[in-house]
Amino acid sequence: MRQLYHFNGGVHPPQHKDQSTIDPIRIPPLPEKLIIPLHQHIGSSAKALVQPGERVLKGQMIGQPEGHVSSAIHAPTSGKILSVGMEPVPHPSGLDALCVILEPDGLEEWIERVPLDPEMDPGTMRTKLKDAGVVGLGGAVFPSFIKLNPGSKNKVRTLILNGAECEPYITCDDLLMRERAFEIAEGAKLMQRLLGAEEVVLGIEDNKPLAIEAMKSAGGMEVVAVPTVYPGGGAKQLIKVLTGVEVPAGERSTDLGVQCFNVATAASVYRAIRLGEPVLSRIVTITGNVAQPGNYEALIGTPVDHLIRQAGALPGSSGAIMGGPMMGIDLPSTHVPVVKAMNCVIVKSEALFPKALDPMPCIRCARCAESCPAELQPQELYWFAKAKNFGKAQEYALFDCIECGCCSYVCPSHIPLVQYYRYAKSEIWAQEREKKASDLARLRHEFRVERMERDKREKAERLAQKSAQAKEL
Amino acid sequence: MLDAIIVMSGLALFLGGVLGYASIRFHVQGNALVEKIDAILPQTQCAQCGFPGCRPYAEAIAEGRADINQCPPGGEANIHKLADLLGVEFKPLNAEHGEPKPKSVAYIDENTCIGCTLCLQACPVDAISGAPKQMHTIIAQECTGCELCIPPCPVDCIVMVPVESSIANWKWKPPMKEVA
Ligand code: SF4
Ligand code: SF4
Ligand code: SF4
Ligand code: SF4
Repeated sequence: MRQLYHFNGGVHPPQHKDQSTIDPIRIPPLPEKLIIPLHQHIGSSAKALVQPGERVLKGQMIGQPEGHVSSAIHAPTSGKILSVGMEPVPHPSGLDALCVILEPDGLEEWIERVPLDPEMDPGTMRTKLKDAGVVGLGGAVFPSFIKLNPGSKNKVRTLILNGAECEPYITCDDLLMRERAFEIAEGAKLMQRLLGAEEVVLGIEDNKPLAIEAMKSAGGMEVVAVPTVYPGGGAKQLIKVLTGVEVPAGERSTDLGVQCFNVATAASVYRAIRLGEPVLSRIVTITGNVAQPGNYEALIGTPVDHLIRQAGALPGSSGAIMGGPMMGIDLPSTHVPVVKAMNCVIVKSEALFPKALDPMPCIRCARCAESCPAELQPQELYWFAKAKNFGKAQEYALFDCIECGCCSYVCPSHIPLVQYYRYAKSEIWAQEREKKASDLARLRHEFRVERMERDKREKAERLAQKSAQAKEL
Repeated sequence: MLDAIIVMSGLALFLGGVLGYASIRFHVQGNALVEKIDAILPQTQCAQCGFPGCRPYAEAIAEGRADINQCPPGGEANIHKLADLLGVEFKPLNAEHGEPKPKSVAYIDENTCIGCTLCLQACPVDAISGAPKQMHTIIAQECTGCELCIPPCPVDCIVMVPVESSIANWKWKPPMKEVA
């Protein structure tokens, strides 16, 4: 029996998971159009490789990775490229981003799929994963090939697979583990080899007995049932629970010999290498105010409203959340595409999500701090963020905040704490960008002043020379 | 056009050298506090603070000749930083010096521009490229939005265009409902 550890705080919100786990994973009909954003991962956007009017095959690369931290984008089915342009995407800003619009032809005609040698050179395999568009499907969408490169200095002892799925409503990983345990286990083997890890440990919250069962019979790793407490699926929290290792601020878990991946990412590593299939789809939970909540294997680019129609939209809907109720973001509209980061869409209603109560002053009860898994002082962070004192917020480790929402959840004054932290973080990022710009401006200004002084000096010298010459004459 | 490219790439090369030179020069001459203050100021060089640029304002603050709340482009965030640095109380922006505005860059209507070079001489960061009697263009990435090029233009062909918001520069807003 592995010894388990605890992380600070955490909460027990109502689960709401049963309703979406009744049916197996459903395959929705092809939508009329796919809207495929070229930037679905951390790092730089992929560059469009296709022109309007072109026919593409299922699995064909339509967006090429640009730069080191980037990932490829593929045509999820065969069809015709209608356009490449700005379209609404699932982002809290409601702003548009560059997308490829693909009209499926219904033939599902594949590119030639070439299974790769699982024993191939690790460097080449990582490049293949980059070109197959494999990114973290737990929501962070960080290009996996980078995390699968431990570097020469580090030794990764433990590969942790994250099947905790701690946030209410979301069940896509649960269903994936129940139905595709083999793919996850095979993917884990490939990842273990790339990392040179000694052990593979899969953490699953103990509210998912069927997934635990399925993964145990798949073999190849140690399956550990971890206590159900939100946010037990946060990477740092799961690492702590399973290994006791605490990842300090600003450090990567790799430096401490641990690397953590979502189970769905492992499955896509398997598909990319063993089947030669790039990431074309993902499992999305459609739940909340719908007649038949469930999980859909949706092609990337499927409009969310298409999936909601499949699940049977109910009257009284008031918007939708991408992600879970604790960390998710309000979608600007449901006519946005499924992206690699989208694990769940919750259709909201007044009954399920009553209007937030008006916030009241902080009474300094410190309940937020007790619940905070990152061991922060949320009430202080709130205070600094609200006063726009971002430097102080940073001193209080604002960037260690994982935006889990535990603090807002327990706050008796209903203060939307996380909103303040998101606001403060994005202000700080903006300040960094401005700092860069102002450093450049200073340099250019100094250069100009210098040049003008030199011009003046030279002019004066010339004048002096001239008058000296005049005198000599 | 080719001339402009040659000039600009030459400038870029040269700037690298200047960087080294300037850092040596200012390190020797500059006073450490002025450096620190100047590092906080936004370098828009717009003179709204009442001084002919960010560095003169930094010097004035260091010598106690100016208050910390006179720079509109820096906004309250910068006043906080200055207050922290100098160990004084934060105070809101002094409205006499103007209000913070959304970041804009200058745009020259190239059909109207007569190539008089007056804006070029006004720009504190050499963000305008052009030669006499040729139309001028603003290098948007370098423009600080100081608006100093607008008054000298004899044909009023320069306008300020707000920088478009995109997902890359989008920011979360603070919560709407404030605690009473
Ligand atoms: S839980 Fe709310 S009221 Fe209590 S200290 Fe934290 S922010 Fe203040
Ligand atoms: S949202 Fe941030 S501050 Fe609040 S409990 Fe989670 S980690 Fe702590
Ligand atoms: S107002 Fe601010 S940006 Fe403008 S010159 Fe003065 S210090 Fe620089
Ligand atoms: S182009 Fe005009 S607004 Fe922009 S930095 Fe130069 S003078 Fe200022």
